[in-house]
Amino acid sequence: MKEILVLAEHRMGELRDVTLEMLSKGRELAQALDAQLVAGLLGRDVAVFSETLKKWAHQVLVVDDSKLENFNADAYQKVLGDIIKKRQPGLTMIGHTSFGVDLAPPLATQLGIPLITDCVDIQLKDGAPLATRQVYGGKLISEVSFVGTPCMVTLRQGAFPVEESDLKGKIAAVDSPLTEEITCRKFLQYVEAVVGDVDITQADIIVSVGRGIREEKNMPIVEGLAEAMGGVLACSRPITDSGWLSSDRQVGQSGRTVKPKVYVAVGISGAFQHITGMSGAETIVAINRDPNAPIFSVAHYGIVGDLFQVVPALTEKIAEAKEN
Amino acid sequence: MDIVVCVKQVPLTAEAEVMVDDTGRDIKKERLVFDVNEADNYAVEEALLLTEKFGGTITLVTMGPESADKTIRSLLAKGTHEAVRLTDEHFAQSDAFATAKTLAGALKTIKFDLVLTGCYASDDGYSQVGATLAELLELPHATMVTGLQILDGKAKIERELEGGTHELLEIELPAVLTIQTGINEPRYASILGLRKAMKKPIKVMSLKDLGLTENEVGRAGSKTILERLSVPPKGEGAQILEGAPEEVSTKLAEIFRERGVV
Ligand SMILES: Cc1cc2nc3c(=O)[nH]c(=O)nc-3n(C[C@H](O)[C@H](O)[C@H](O)COP(=O)(O)OP(=O)(O)OC[C@H]3O[C@@H](n4cnc5c(N)ncnc54)[C@H](O)[C@@H]3O)c2cc1C
Repeated sequence: MKEILVLAEHRMGELRDVTLEMLSKGRELAQALDAQLVAGLLGRDVAVFSETLKKWAHQVLVVDDSKLENFNADAYQKVLGDIIKKRQPGLTMIGHTSFGVDLAPPLATQLGIPLITDCVDIQLKDGAPLATRQVYGGKLISEVSFVGTPCMVTLRQGAFPVEESDLKGKIAAVDSPLTEEITCRKFLQYVEAVVGDVDITQADIIVSVGRGIREEKNMPIVEGLAEAMGGVLACSRPITDSGWLSSDRQVGQSGRTVKPKVYVAVGISGAFQHITGMSGAETIVAINRDPNAPIFSVAHYGIVGDLFQVVPALTEKIAEAKEN
Repeated sequence: MDIVVCVKQVPLTAEAEVMVDDTGRDIKKERLVFDVNEADNYAVEEALLLTEKFGGTITLVTMGPESADKTIRSLLAKGTHEAVRLTDEHFAQSDAFATAKTLAGALKTIKFDLVLTGCYASDDGYSQVGATLAELLELPHATMVTGLQILDGKAKIERELEGGTHELLEIELPAVLTIQTGINEPRYASILGLRKAMKKPIKVMSLKDLGLTENEVGRAGSKTILERLSVPPKGEGAQILEGAPEEVSTKLAEIFRERGVV
């Protein structure tokens, strides 16, 4: 393998964290394979990012085109597809983000190369990449291999640490192959997250409720605990999907990232998309009746039990503790 | 507006113990309960809302064993019109690409204006089939759709990005859209609907009906190979507080007090 290509992801003028995460992993693989690490940067007026990227890559390819101003999977597919056809990187890395999930499958299909998505690790086995993934909500790990190279992966956000780097890579401009605007799909605008009356990202104490609560009429049980603890109520995605709490209360990848002093997860299984939003909490407590729930692997304290018994009892004990 | 919804039956594992079988490449299925994949259920509801507004038929397409009929019938019971199940021993061990290839074969035999799928399957979580299918059918696509409005020949779409941000875009029809959870409120089937669904036919298609060869489907047509499944190493994990609800609550309240939380 001569080359590893990493697609730099950016949005609204900012490089996304997953970019340096991928380049850090990419550098490790490039070293082991004695390959060149190349960052692909597509966009409009993106020169500022190339200064950062050149520290993490041997080469930065910049395609500057007004038609690439906002992410459009079809435009990206054309440009990146041309680059891959020309340079034949042995491995292409894209973030497992909303952008990456939209781009990688059609791109790999067009190129006729294997794709493994949402990888949490890439190892080398006899010189060939082997991907590690989480399946069944994190209850099992799978190892998946590629039928031949070149190949493509999407890497999970937050799964790879950013390593310091100073590669002093070269920056090279590449002509855009786009001759006209893509018409079958048009970007209109971004809609930024709404902030409601409670900002859970500022809270010191959070009681967070998941699908284990079963029905909306049971919500007062967790509201009571939040109140007794002097904290705010947050939730996992199924609760906002059902409309029982507004979306600004959702913790996780598509919700908010919180770092409270205490996070009490009630009836939450601990899917990665949830954990990524709360693993930075100082103390994590999980209440769940499934002893194998992945949430127990990030929690500091766990109670294996029925929330309908545990939460009312806990609410009472905390109220008592406060009185003394 | 004729809509195809690609759906998948998955095991419900949020509360179950998931065990690896003797092959090391699959799970033990005997004690698991199966149902429609969560995001697919939202895709079906979106199709129902659209046909209620614009007319047209909804065809469900699934690749799976005969036991998937139970799930298919539960979706027919909600008012979807037709169902096709793709079953053939050659389809075994399909990866996401081979799955999309097989679905594409079936879709070439069906007339549609829109294809919907879920954006993510809760078992293997590849988020790959819908967008791959679009490329194979040479149709525009958008993934992780959280809002959808049809305006003459086009769809105005809201897509979910990270951290609560969304993007709005416009896309030409026909197209393939992958639907994210929360876009609507999936209905429940009525008893009458369930009774009617028992009588609806489910069309079964095999390899020879799809215009594909053995080498294009299943393991032979796959570009990736699942080598091994395993239980993740336990790591440090939580300190589990033992005892009856009263007792564990006292312990936890004490921990909170020591830490100055309450
Ligand atoms: C692109 C994408 C983005 C996503 N973004 C997010 C996000 O931002 N945030 C998020 O949370 N999820 C997100 N998800 C969804 C995520 O994958 C999970 O589906 C979700 O987190 C599961 O929520 P849950 O733990 O509440 O429900 P489940 O996984 O269904 O778990 C319910 C838990 O409750 C327990 N339980 C049930 N009854 C009881 C009882 N009586 N007592 C005690 N415990 C009980 C069960 O044992 C189980 O562990 C996203 C998914 C995708 C594909």
